[in-house]
Amino acid sequence: MSSTTTVAPRRRMSAGRWFTELGWRHVVGVVFVIYAVFPIVYIISASLSEGGTLTGSNDLFSSISGSNYAALGDTRFWSWALNSVQIAVVTSIGTVLMGAAAAYAFSRFRFTGRRVGLTTLLIVQMFPQMLAFVAIFLLLISFGQVVPALGLNSKIALICVYLGGALGVNTFLMYGFFNTVPRELDEAAKIDGATHSQTYWTIILRLVTPILAVVALLSIIATFGEFVIARVLLQSEGNWTLAVGLYSWVSSLLEANWGLFAAGAVISTIPILALFLFLQKYIVGGLTAGSVKG
Amino acid sequence: MRPDESPARRFGPGFLVKLALMAVVNAFGVYVIISAWTAESWVILGAMAVMLVVADWVYFSRRTVPLKYIFPGLVFLLVFQIFTIAYTGWVAFTNYGDGHNSTKEQAIEALLVQNERRVERAPSVPLTVVEDGDELGFAVVREDGTVEVGSADEPLESVEATVAGGQVTDVDGWTVLDRNDVLARQGEITDLRVPVSDDPNDGSIRTQDARTGYASTSTLVYDEAADTMTDTTTGTVYTPNDDGEFEAADGSTLSVGWRVFVGLDNFTLAFSDSRYAGPFLQVVLWTFAFAIASVATTFLLGLFLASVFNDPRLRGRKIYRTLLILPYAIPGFVAPLLWSGLLNRSFGFVNQVLLNGASIPWLTDPWLAKLSLIGVNLWLGFPYMFLICTGALQSLPTDVMEAAKIDGATRLRTWREITLPLLLVSTTPLLISSFAFNFNNFALVYMLTGGGPRFDDASVPLGHTDILITMVYSVAGLDGNAPKNFGLASALSIVIFVIIATISAIAFKKTRSLEEIN
Repeated sequence: MSSTTTVAPRRRMSAGRWFTELGWRHVVGVVFVIYAVFPIVYIISASLSEGGTLTGSNDLFSSISGSNYAALGDTRFWSWALNSVQIAVVTSIGTVLMGAAAAYAFSRFRFTGRRVGLTTLLIVQMFPQMLAFVAIFLLLISFGQVVPALGLNSKIALICVYLGGALGVNTFLMYGFFNTVPRELDEAAKIDGATHSQTYWTIILRLVTPILAVVALLSIIATFGEFVIARVLLQSEGNWTLAVGLYSWVSSLLEANWGLFAAGAVISTIPILALFLFLQKYIVGGLTAGSVKG
Repeated sequence: MRPDESPARRFGPGFLVKLALMAVVNAFGVYVIISAWTAESWVILGAMAVMLVVADWVYFSRRTVPLKYIFPGLVFLLVFQIFTIAYTGWVAFTNYGDGHNSTKEQAIEALLVQNERRVERAPSVPLTVVEDGDELGFAVVREDGTVEVGSADEPLESVEATVAGGQVTDVDGWTVLDRNDVLARQGEITDLRVPVSDDPNDGSIRTQDARTGYASTSTLVYDEAADTMTDTTTGTVYTPNDDGEFEAADGSTLSVGWRVFVGLDNFTLAFSDSRYAGPFLQVVLWTFAFAIASVATTFLLGLFLASVFNDPRLRGRKIYRTLLILPYAIPGFVAPLLWSGLLNRSFGFVNQVLLNGASIPWLTDPWLAKLSLIGVNLWLGFPYMFLICTGALQSLPTDVMEAAKIDGATRLRTWREITLPLLLVSTTPLLISSFAFNFNNFALVYMLTGGGPRFDDASVPLGHTDILITMVYSVAGLDGNAPKNFGLASALSIVIFVIIATISAIAFKKTRSLEEIN
């Protein structure tokens, strides 16, 4: 859009007409931007305040100090952060590998049970995994008696539980994308003597890299923020994720821990916010894809 | 399929990688099977064996190409999602929970162990504390001079040993603890009970001083033939009842019970028990109210903002958009915790600064807490609706709008009769899934109000802002605030499943998503 065409008519508008057509939109915009952004500004200010109490945080930016951030070093914050990152990254890799493989099979092969399989996935994804957290908890008690590494309070077990949701959530997103890759490519490779696995690993996966990246990052965002299952399964403080750990600070001694929480919240928000803004285009596309297709 | 298509026929690097991976999988499978055998977990053993056979068949057969790609994800899906749903259904019909944690055999054993008393007038036996790795054990010298050794898990058994001065000095396979170690591990030693035999009726050996042991037997005696428990001190006979407990003629029961099927008891408890039915009804109503209000408020605000910024002449639309979606971009657990501070009654920013030192109980008054939840959810959720409404508005057909304009329709009328209906068609599926999400918005409720304020009736651990999923959590007793009742918690989960399934069925009809599968 060239600037002359948009700016020219505005110059001819009277001030009153400009306000009724466009100006009020800026007023609404500013009001709601304040509404949306203020709590975030507040938490940044609280994280920088010196006292670290809830009351002390009410004078925005009255003092600027890094003491809360430094104090995080005396807590388990960094080991929680490491746990969160480990769990999110491993889950995301597993999700992409398993989701992409399943999407490839559904997109490229015609086999008995394919329709039923796709329909089942569609139904299963309606039921969030967290609904069954009691059963997951009991299941892991039984697992723990056989293989302790897969029992309660194990990060590996938590990752396995998250991977249980991998197919349901992501296969459809990938399936649609795989379908857009022309089949002729597969057939050409097949004629050249490539096996199905060579076609998959060296041709298809390279062509669908964008969707793999999007699914990987969406999975990281989702796992990083997950609370219920992590809270139920991870019992010792050293194994907690950021979500469980920061909750424990706020739920006990809210007033005293506020500065710590604020600093921790800012640090845990930065990577997710960065991923989100980086992915904005794809996320918006993904959100509306289902709705606008009609 | 031509035989040369399978990589299994070519012994290239791909095949070697597959072979190595399958070796790891098989090793893991065999390890699980052996551990399950020793732990006597027959279900896990069977499931693992089946999965292992299927895995080997899938990856070494040439006729299972699609399954090779689906199998890994399928295993996780089956175990951690589909099985857990089925397991929830099973637990919902049992009385699994505190006091009913295990099988009948384990309950009998626990009862006998818990009721052990020192046998009066029984002679004490010379005893030595021994260890095997980290595991402590007792070596005792019998009257005939033989030595028996055992630990918490292994009953006493006679072994070769050297005895000097009435005390054991050396035992095969065990090391004798020296005096300092005994002092250091005093607590563990006085807590240790070494069973005399596999039959818990025979009692055990315990010690107070780490030098002499005494025999303890249970005051309860289990009669296997009659299936009764008898208290030898009072002579009371307990028989098993339908609830999975031992019950005496006067109605008193023993403390440890076992899991039994209780039919629909958990459901009738939720729907008609005087303690639960009232709170349960309130929770269900509030869950629906919260989910509907959440969708309605976020959608209306999102739609309003999307229409405001849908004018291409407006400058800075991109900046507005980026700033407006910030609440959606921060991790889900930060927002409710952040707002719980902002809304704090005594020190929070809202009361102290915005309302000039008022003391409004935002999170502790029943109605204000509900309002706060919807308000905080509005902040969290409107960016999502803003995004999807923007997308939907931009994809509306312009020709219909122009036609309306030419026909002389006013702006309001165009909006009401063309824009809104078209918009609803494309956003309804997302509104339904947003409803389902908020119906189970555990993190928000749990972190912001914790379900509180509590109902006045203190017999159930529930509060005015509890939704069904947080009620499941409280009833399950996973946070330790209430006795564990997995049966009732699972029954409530089933209620949620049914509601979500109904909503999904409607969603399916609306979206006809099934038609997209070709």
